[in-house]
Amino acid sequence: MITSLTAEKLAVQRGSRRLAENLGFTVKAGQALALEGANGSGKTSLLRLIAGFLPAAAGRVTLTDDGREISDPEERGRFVGWLGHHDALKASFTVSEQLAFFGKLYNAPSAGSIAGDASGASPVTTGEEKRMALLDQAHLLEQIGLARQAELPCRYLSAGQRRRLALARLLLTQRPLWLLDEPFAALDVAGKGLVARLIALHCGQGGMVIAATHEELGLGNEVLRL
Amino acid sequence: MTPFLALLSRDLRLSVREGGGAALALVFFALVATLVPLGVGSDLALLAKVGSGVLWVGAALAALLSLDRLFQADYEDGSLDLIALSPLSLEGTAAAKILAHWLSIGLPLTLFSPILSVFFGLSAPTVMALTLSLAIGTPAVSAVGAILASLTLSVRRGGLILPLLVLPLLVPVVIFGAGMAVEVQTGLANGAPRFLLAFSLGATLLSPFITAMAVRLNLAG
Repeated sequence: MITSLTAEKLAVQRGSRRLAENLGFTVKAGQALALEGANGSGKTSLLRLIAGFLPAAAGRVTLTDDGREISDPEERGRFVGWLGHHDALKASFTVSEQLAFFGKLYNAPSAGSIAGDASGASPVTTGEEKRMALLDQAHLLEQIGLARQAELPCRYLSAGQRRRLALARLLLTQRPLWLLDEPFAALDVAGKGLVARLIALHCGQGGMVIAATHEELGLGNEVLRL
Repeated sequence: MTPFLALLSRDLRLSVREGGGAALALVFFALVATLVPLGVGSDLALLAKVGSGVLWVGAALAALLSLDRLFQADYEDGSLDLIALSPLSLEGTAAAKILAHWLSIGLPLTLFSPILSVFFGLSAPTVMALTLSLAIGTPAVSAVGAILASLTLSVRRGGLILPLLVLPLLVPVVIFGAGMAVEVQTGLANGAPRFLLAFSLGATLLSPFITAMAVRLNLAG
């Protein structure tokens, strides 16, 4: 389990434009951090920097995993669960094909291995039990509200449903550090509630969340203004 | 191995389903092979002489058709970000994509070429040499193409500049590829098979590393 992520004197730059400077923050296991700021203030760029895509113009990001400090960006990326601005779905793939592909790509425990506990899946419970249930694709889809669309090609999904599928993929990848870019975008009221619950659950299990958002995460979380 | 195979099979399925992949390349190849004899006329000796060259050019250009989508589609819809964060290295990603491109385009073109060589009245040994040269040379087309497809990833209208950049790099493949068939036709050893093999091996081995570097640069952009 990773214990913390620290940024020191970080500068975010895109091309020749300096978007933010001298950023410093620490996120510990179980904590969430909200990034706020006007459009174009560098929220997405900061997330891409943390994920290891964008090099830091100055300063550094350090991830501590069991006391081991990791500063190599590409190694850091192996801890990241990514919910980007784009949904990254293929129009001709069905919902379940989509998840099956990313499950294999991320070496996630297969659905079959724990399919034994067909406990009837109450949509939202708490604790370890549900964590296990999430691994099962059918449970996962039920959880996220897409159970009836499992065999539907993604081209027929609405914007909100696509977002829900992206969330299901985020859960599937089982990564400790979630980087969320506008997680509430396109979702209905129930969907927004779902995102807030998932974030709370992830933090409750010792995960970390950094989210760029214009809305409250509702966790008593820290806020970084850009 | 699972992440590699997952990406490979996804790309193969995409090229079949979203059209534009294998089918488009084969149709283009068939059109070239049908139209050239009609344009050149019915001089069989002449057709046999230019046949292997025309088929090689047709195959190389057909393989280029869908090249700009190799990384572009995944880059635009955000999939490339998720693939980059997966346990599969970018080098592995590039290798999977090159292999998928060859399996869905290079291999079908190779297998299709003996049928199309009928239009040129090529002798059986020439057809065999041509098919073999395509089998050796088309992986190089995919590999060289992947490097330039990844370099032009964030260039808007990259599809326009890509063929211009790839073309000079494909010149050796086409020369030595067609040369293999010419060697059989004329009976004079010209060393084409060895050059083709060397170029193809070099390109396929180096390409995943260069391509991964270019993808990394584009993700940071």
